[in-house]
Amino acid sequence: MNHFPAWKNLLLVVAIVIAAVYALPNLYGEDPSVQISPLRGAVINNSVLADVKKELQTADISTLKDELVKDQILLRFSNTEDQLKASDIIKTSLGNDYIVALNLAPATPKWLRDLNASPMYLGLDLRGGVHFLLEVDMQAAEKQAVDRTATEIRQLLRENKLRYLSVVTDKSDIRIKFRTEAIYDKAEETLSDEFKTWDIDPEAGGSSTLTLIAKMSTSELTDIRQYALQQNIITLKNRVNELGVAEPIIQRQGDKRIVVELPGVQDTARAKEILGATATLEYRMVDTKHSVSSALAGRVPLGSKLYKNREGGHVLLKKQIIVTGSEIVDASSGIENETGSAMVSVSLDGPGGKKMSKTTRDNIGQPMAVVFIENRTETKIVNGKTIREKTIVEEVINVATIRGHFSNRFQTTGLDNGAEARDLALLLRAGALAAPIDIVEERTVGPSLGQDNIDKGFNSVLIGFVLVLVFMAIFYKTFGLIADVALALNLVFIIAVLSLLQATLTLPGIAGIVLTVGMAVDANVLIFERIKEELKNGNSPQASIHAGYEKAFSTIADANITTLIAALILFGFGTGPIKGFAITLSIGILTSMFTAIIGTRALVNLAYGSRDIDTLKI
Amino acid sequence: MMKENNTIKYDFLSKRLIALVFSTLLIVVSIGSLATQGLKKGIDFTGGTLVEVSFTEPSDLAELRDILNKENFEGAVVQHFGSSKEVLIRLLPDAALNTATLSNKMLDLINTKYSQKGELRRAEFVGPQVGEELTEDGGLALLYALICILIYVTFRFEYRFALGSVAALAHDVIITLGVFSVFQFEFDLTVLAALLAVIGYSLNDTIVVFDRIRENFRKLRKGTPTEVVNISLNQTLGRTIMTSVTTLLVLFALFFLGGEIIHDFALALIIGVFIGTYSSIYVASPITLALGISKADLMIVKVDQDELDKIP
Repeated sequence: MNHFPAWKNLLLVVAIVIAAVYALPNLYGEDPSVQISPLRGAVINNSVLADVKKELQTADISTLKDELVKDQILLRFSNTEDQLKASDIIKTSLGNDYIVALNLAPATPKWLRDLNASPMYLGLDLRGGVHFLLEVDMQAAEKQAVDRTATEIRQLLRENKLRYLSVVTDKSDIRIKFRTEAIYDKAEETLSDEFKTWDIDPEAGGSSTLTLIAKMSTSELTDIRQYALQQNIITLKNRVNELGVAEPIIQRQGDKRIVVELPGVQDTARAKEILGATATLEYRMVDTKHSVSSALAGRVPLGSKLYKNREGGHVLLKKQIIVTGSEIVDASSGIENETGSAMVSVSLDGPGGKKMSKTTRDNIGQPMAVVFIENRTETKIVNGKTIREKTIVEEVINVATIRGHFSNRFQTTGLDNGAEARDLALLLRAGALAAPIDIVEERTVGPSLGQDNIDKGFNSVLIGFVLVLVFMAIFYKTFGLIADVALALNLVFIIAVLSLLQATLTLPGIAGIVLTVGMAVDANVLIFERIKEELKNGNSPQASIHAGYEKAFSTIADANITTLIAALILFGFGTGPIKGFAITLSIGILTSMFTAIIGTRALVNLAYGSRDIDTLKI
Repeated sequence: MMKENNTIKYDFLSKRLIALVFSTLLIVVSIGSLATQGLKKGIDFTGGTLVEVSFTEPSDLAELRDILNKENFEGAVVQHFGSSKEVLIRLLPDAALNTATLSNKMLDLINTKYSQKGELRRAEFVGPQVGEELTEDGGLALLYALICILIYVTFRFEYRFALGSVAALAHDVIITLGVFSVFQFEFDLTVLAALLAVIGYSLNDTIVVFDRIRENFRKLRKGTPTEVVNISLNQTLGRTIMTSVTTLLVLFALFFLGGEIIHDFALALIIGVFIGTYSSIYVASPITLALGISKADLMIVKVDQDELDKIP
């Protein structure tokens, strides 16, 4: 007789229930919604929500539901028309301090959300949007680092009164030539002490040429690349915020590339302009003689200018620039020795240092500000004509009091924490020495195509699925129906796993699901053919069932593991579309083994296990 | 346990010389075509720009070409995609023109100069360096897949089986690529994925047969290796056909209903499933046999001689 122990049946039932619950959110669809999140210092609270609701009420737009979760307001609407109108109203009423983005929010009921169940995450090819692959120009980043170090070497040698003939950069090397051996020896010692991450060695021919070669160590090279990547990711995040995208993805890929995914964005021209902006920065004195409030009222004093700061407030700065980003040699975050608080140290080049020295000497105790400036060209269509417009966005990123007279090297302290220091250092460098980035790949999918892809994908899964169901039922009769149940279960399992992992479902991913549907029955075919054989060999039905499952198992395992190897390699090597396919294929292989072996066996046991039978309908 | 079931219904292996000629022919044609005219690579691999625009009315390709030609997009390939309301514009990489903003320029141009406004369906830009890397990574992925499978099968079965299965896989990949080359179907990233899926599928098929061959070698006392393999092929035939049919059912659903983007993907898989099914019977097993798989030491020459004698 064929029986499963109770625990096995129970395990199966539990697995099915869990899978069903996590697959369920996909049935609820999505609500057109508007998502409001704070930018910089702005806050999101119930009073903002109340204000927004009041505005919408006066415009006679009703929301389906509104929620305040994790610093975000989500307003759901019954149709896209209301959604678009509402978004416009909210944008004008809230101004620039908030990101107001259109979104399609899953209409998952609360009890499911409490279980952390959410629908599958649709890829850009299904929901529409832009995918960019940006590449950081690492050669430029290295060159900047070499130039920066050459400047520092000159400075150090001068400070130590070590006269050099020349300091020349040569690709990734710096050649330092001296006049006398005494200085040469001393310099080698001094430089080796100071530049620990660089290898300072005599020139290949020996010390007779009195030339030292400074070479970047490999660890320093890795650091520079990491930093250039990090810095670009930070500035990209800032820029993407302005695009008003509900769920942007900004991620590093490999060691020099950044993936930017902007779901729902259609205006790709604007997206490219904003992502491709260039940044610079300026140090300016704060105008303490005049009040910000009177400037806000329109009385901006001559020689001063009103700026916004990151917290959403305003600062009045003098128009005269102390130093600009091009004069900054380096900026890095660290910990202040005395107080242990976070700080950023900045070094300037020669001319910059002189200007800074002059300013700080006369202004001890006065506040100084850093303005971050982004330049970009935007294309707009006015009266049917395309006009290219230069836009400059300026923002005060830091204000600090000058504590003493300094020139080339100084520290900005009083920062709240390490993260703030890191951000400031990254922004300072972004404005001074950002490694250039290029768009090396773009994939834009319009909304109509996205919907088409969903419809077509869904249709092909459905039709393929039904065809296989019918075919199996005809060929294997009762057993075919059992396999059909397993196949349906398999589909539920795949969807549940995809939803649980929040893996991205793409069109090739759907193709992967379709393919698994076709291949998932393979395990059952193997088992059923075995059972048929056993029956033909004159074995009893019960023994045949038992032997069929037993003997087919190793074949199924081998066949599936080899396919899994292919799928995993696909995943490892693939990008975007291929990965999506590999994910669903791998998940499908695993779930199909479970449903086809354990699932169908339970059903077969249920149908035949506990009674005497003479024939099997197979 | 083993009785009438061990009869050979179809003598597959007696036709293996014909199969050898057939396979060799296909491979020669495939390699020849790949060497002379190569693959029609999509922009995933060549780099370049692709814009798909949909119009509300059927579009006039000549007029669109004219507009694009006048504005320095001379190399643009303009064609209908799916229906006459949809137009696909392709631009090969060009050092002077190669930037991500090209797609926007083309769309602007259409919207200002052409008689109807278009809606952007899809825009793709692939930088030449990305294309190059994809080609390289794709080739490597294929290679690594083959090596890993070789190792796994050696470990689970025996090296002769491993060589047989990898030969079958190489056979399938070359011929599928060959079909794409001969008919100049577009070869893009999804087709590459399909090719790897073909490897997975064909292997699945082969392993099932091998599994049975191994089992029968251990179980059957009598019979030459050829007979054992033939019996195994017969025993697994039902399964081979059933699985191919179900897989083909869904692939045809994808081919006809999955839309233009998935079309080539489905096509590659359909070709691959046919060839993969054939190869697990006529490539993998005969090669394993030719390599001298048996429990007794049977000479390869002798087996071949026997077979040759049987052929009328």
